[in-house]
Amino acid sequence: MALDQTFVGRTYPPTEPYEVGREKIREFAVAVGDENPVYTDPEAAKAFGHQDVIAPPTFVFAITFAAAGQVVEDPQLGLDYSRVVHGDQKFAYVRPVRAGDRLTVTSTIEAVKSLAGNDIIDIRGEVHDESGEHVVTAWTKLVSRAPEEA
Amino acid sequence: MTAQIQYADVEVGTELPAASFPVTRATLVRYAGASGDFNPIHWNEKFAKEVGLPDVIAHGMFTMAEAIRVVTDWTGDPGAVVEYGVRFTKPVVVPNDDQGALIEVTAKVAAKLDDKRVRVDLTAMSAGQKVLGMSRAVVQLG
Repeated sequence: MALDQTFVGRTYPPTEPYEVGREKIREFAVAVGDENPVYTDPEAAKAFGHQDVIAPPTFVFAITFAAAGQVVEDPQLGLDYSRVVHGDQKFAYVRPVRAGDRLTVTSTIEAVKSLAGNDIIDIRGEVHDESGEHVVTAWTKLVSRAPEEA
Repeated sequence: MTAQIQYADVEVGTELPAASFPVTRATLVRYAGASGDFNPIHWNEKFAKEVGLPDVIAHGMFTMAEAIRVVTDWTGDPGAVVEYGVRFTKPVVVPNDDQGALIEVTAKVAAKLDDKRVRVDLTAMSAGQKVLGMSRAVVQLG
């Protein structure tokens, strides 16, 4: 079923802050096998001018995707999440995410399309820190595949 | 946010050191825990096949995380990555054996931009198939 076009431009309330911990960053870096010391050693991070260890570039997706849950699970939108696949992902960084950040995400529906029975939704997540500084924007395209004909 | 690579030292076509990243089922379980993405298509073969996949597949975000390592290993400072985007074109299929799958990443400078920035185009292959499309990063050089 085609999604409701009136959802385009809808912005959801900012999420509760997510506090970025050094050990969570370390866990993520280990999981992707990345031994760059800027993810685990505050001194190495400071040598590049960072206040504390920074997170790998895609780390923030866990936070923005959880925020996108507000959109995905909005019963009024009616997206069939069991059929959703991740189409595209993009990030634009003002600065890297770092340990100690308390990040909130504001999600906006940028586009809603139906193509060959597939529902396609573009969600933008604006990530800000506790002081209100813009840190990163994430764009996520989700595709809900058309059900097979019975 | 100073990168170790100098803008003046790169040209359009400059290749970054390529890298290959192995993925096993254990890798995916670990990534699921670290990322919070517990979708069973990434660890449950029975479920994956029931929804029409050939086998368990890697998280697209795992592949995205591996591919950018070619850039962050090149710059030294991951903070040099200003933009990064991909399209998930094919899944990385991860069989339940000791070998798993391999993600092979190559990258080259595609354009020199203003403010000492460059656009790097990435290619990620697994089992002979292109698993990421439109994979691009904008990188701040020194």
